[in-house]
Amino acid sequence: MQEHDLSFVRVEMALAQSAPPSERGLGAWIRKNLIASTGDTILTIIGIVLVAMILPQVINWAFISAQWTGTDRTVCATVAQGGIQPDGWSGACWAFVNAKFGQFMFGRYPIDERWRPILVAILFVALLVPLLIPKVPRKGLNAILLFGALPVVAFILLVGGMFGLPLVETSLWGGLLVTLSLSFVGIAVSLPVGIVLALGRRSNMPIVKMLCIIFIETVRGIPLITVLFFASVMLPLFLPAGVSFDKFLRALIGVSLFAAAYMAEVIRGGLQAIPRGQYEGADSLGLGYWQKMGLIVMPQALKLVIPGIVNTFIGMFKDTSLVIVISMFDLLGVVKQNFSDANWATAQTARSGLVFAAFVFWLFCFGMSRYSMFTERRLDTGHKR
Amino acid sequence: MASQEILREEPSRGSFINDPKIRGIFFQAVVVIVLVALVWWIAQNVIANLTRLRIASGFGFLNSRAGFDISESAIAYSSDSTYGRAILVGFLNTVIVAVVGIITATLIGFIIGIGRLSHNWLIRKICTIYVEVFRNIPPLLVIFFWYSGVLAVLPPPRESINLPFSSFLNQRGFYFPRAVWGDGSWLILVALLLGIAMAWFVARKARQRQMATGQQFPVFWTSTALIIGLPLLAYALSGFPLSFDYPKQSTFNLTGGFQVRPEFLSLYLALSCYTAAFIAEIVRAGIRGVNKGQTEAAAALGLRAGPILRLVVIPQAMRIVIPPLTSQYLNLTKNSSLAIAIGYPDLTAIAGTVLNQTGQAVEGVVIMMAVYLALSLLTSAIMNVVNARMALVER
Repeated sequence: MQEHDLSFVRVEMALAQSAPPSERGLGAWIRKNLIASTGDTILTIIGIVLVAMILPQVINWAFISAQWTGTDRTVCATVAQGGIQPDGWSGACWAFVNAKFGQFMFGRYPIDERWRPILVAILFVALLVPLLIPKVPRKGLNAILLFGALPVVAFILLVGGMFGLPLVETSLWGGLLVTLSLSFVGIAVSLPVGIVLALGRRSNMPIVKMLCIIFIETVRGIPLITVLFFASVMLPLFLPAGVSFDKFLRALIGVSLFAAAYMAEVIRGGLQAIPRGQYEGADSLGLGYWQKMGLIVMPQALKLVIPGIVNTFIGMFKDTSLVIVISMFDLLGVVKQNFSDANWATAQTARSGLVFAAFVFWLFCFGMSRYSMFTERRLDTGHKR
Repeated sequence: MASQEILREEPSRGSFINDPKIRGIFFQAVVVIVLVALVWWIAQNVIANLTRLRIASGFGFLNSRAGFDISESAIAYSSDSTYGRAILVGFLNTVIVAVVGIITATLIGFIIGIGRLSHNWLIRKICTIYVEVFRNIPPLLVIFFWYSGVLAVLPPPRESINLPFSSFLNQRGFYFPRAVWGDGSWLILVALLLGIAMAWFVARKARQRQMATGQQFPVFWTSTALIIGLPLLAYALSGFPLSFDYPKQSTFNLTGGFQVRPEFLSLYLALSCYTAAFIAEIVRAGIRGVNKGQTEAAAALGLRAGPILRLVVIPQAMRIVIPPLTSQYLNLTKNSSLAIAIGYPDLTAIAGTVLNQTGQAVEGVVIMMAVYLALSLLTSAIMNVVNARMALVER
């Protein structure tokens, strides 16, 4: 065959044309996302009106008109209420939060001893952060330190009464300290207990199975407040006369049992999602029950239900605020307690304190849910069935 | 060959200890013994403690005089009523706030959930912010926020905020006109029931006709006309017996009308807002769980956006939505017990008061548990029926 020069073969690629003007830039984005149709336009207008109504007020209240510093209620009250602000003033009283910050964090924990919870917090963060970052090695040791050693150290530091540390009664604890320690213990206890309950519910032994079902369904059917009532009113009756234990411990037991029942149901969901072949494969390899569960089933099941587990954690974190009904003062409880402080009582105090508490709770819960989404993506092996 | 004979001689595992059946029985026996011992020990302690504190056990106390007042009550109650009646009042209050809250939360939740899937960027963002804010703060905080942060700082009764329909909003709650039913009002109720029954009948007939012939019938408009029109007709025929008792401003307070107290209002608003965030997520997951092919196939059949959503997507989404929705309803019911923190007299609050007054801790907690368990079981039974109707009918 002879090559002839009539044929045309393009050597270099034609440059891609840029998208037509109607399809790019801000204009196209607005057309697609805000005013695609008449209905869409109406929705956008409603949305803009909503935002325009709420946002400026919120920003004005929280930042522009807010009172950041001050020593008593006069800075947050209008002239008519005996303060210095002009009539009609409405702004956040961050001065209140500022003045009470120590209480919000530690409750009535003695001021001279506050270095102890701070030290525990530093240790906690120092152990938790490496555990959460996948790249950091020695996860096993880290976990043992966090869940084995830290509770002991934290107990010694926070309660005291030994090694020359003065005793701090748990009735003096309060604020974020109570919220965090309740949730940490709740999380650390509820996960293993939940696993055991879930295994019990799927066990072949009828009595064990029945007991687990009764426990789980009863606890799930009643509100946490009832469980806390139970822990605070009935537990003392259950013990011999004269024996009593700490209110804080009772709340811990209540919260942990409550969370364990929910955790058990979440984990049972994961166990049910593992195909039968995995169980049978483990059996045919000659693994015993605990080996089968520990090595084959649980790792897969727990991975499947990470979102559910974290949701239970978040739920428990939020639920610790209920200990207020058995007169313990967690973050929310301390904030609420301080509304009645005559030195600070103004129309804005309650709102400011609650918004601050909400922000702290929100930060923790949002962080947890984002981390769970990250873990889910990381552990996703693409084996979804 | 020798090994085979040995095996045949010992078909079991060689020893009792390794037999899973015997192990199981042994383990369960241990559990039962430990449990019985624990229960016996607890029972002994309880009996000893109760005799020491001189508390008579049993539910006899329910018949004695309560001696405390309840601010909100759906049935007649005074401080001379019995403890039993007080607990009944609390139970009714729980049911009222739970039912009203469930309805509102479902409405808000569906709107926000669908909004999160909207093509409109602004609406999507607003709905996302709503969900992320309310999902991540404790319900108790939301209740306090409405109670101390919003409702408590409203103006006093003298400077009430005027709202449409002669309603007022002030520190003491929300006031709106109360309907006063005159003679002959029963006719309206009968007409309403008749309208609903006829609408149901029309819907059934129209469906049968459509199945048989393919002809459609404007069921929605007919039903609306029947349900609204018949009572209106009855209202006119019976001589307009309905009048309103309007709230009026006097020197210090509002008189007349129907007052919704701030305790109820803040509990109701907080539970609705909080649960709605969760319902929104459930609805979103449900709609996204319907295969895209279903929407496309419906579009290929020539259906428009409305009918696609109504006839194809929502029926399938409901199957995914209902089980988690049930547990949200149960959560709302259980969260209504947070009322105790702001003094709305719900079951937990009243049972707590009774428990403190009489010292009947065991009975009080048992009553609370039994009622909440019963409510939970009832709600899940109702939702199971709904679920069974929605479930996939496999042919």
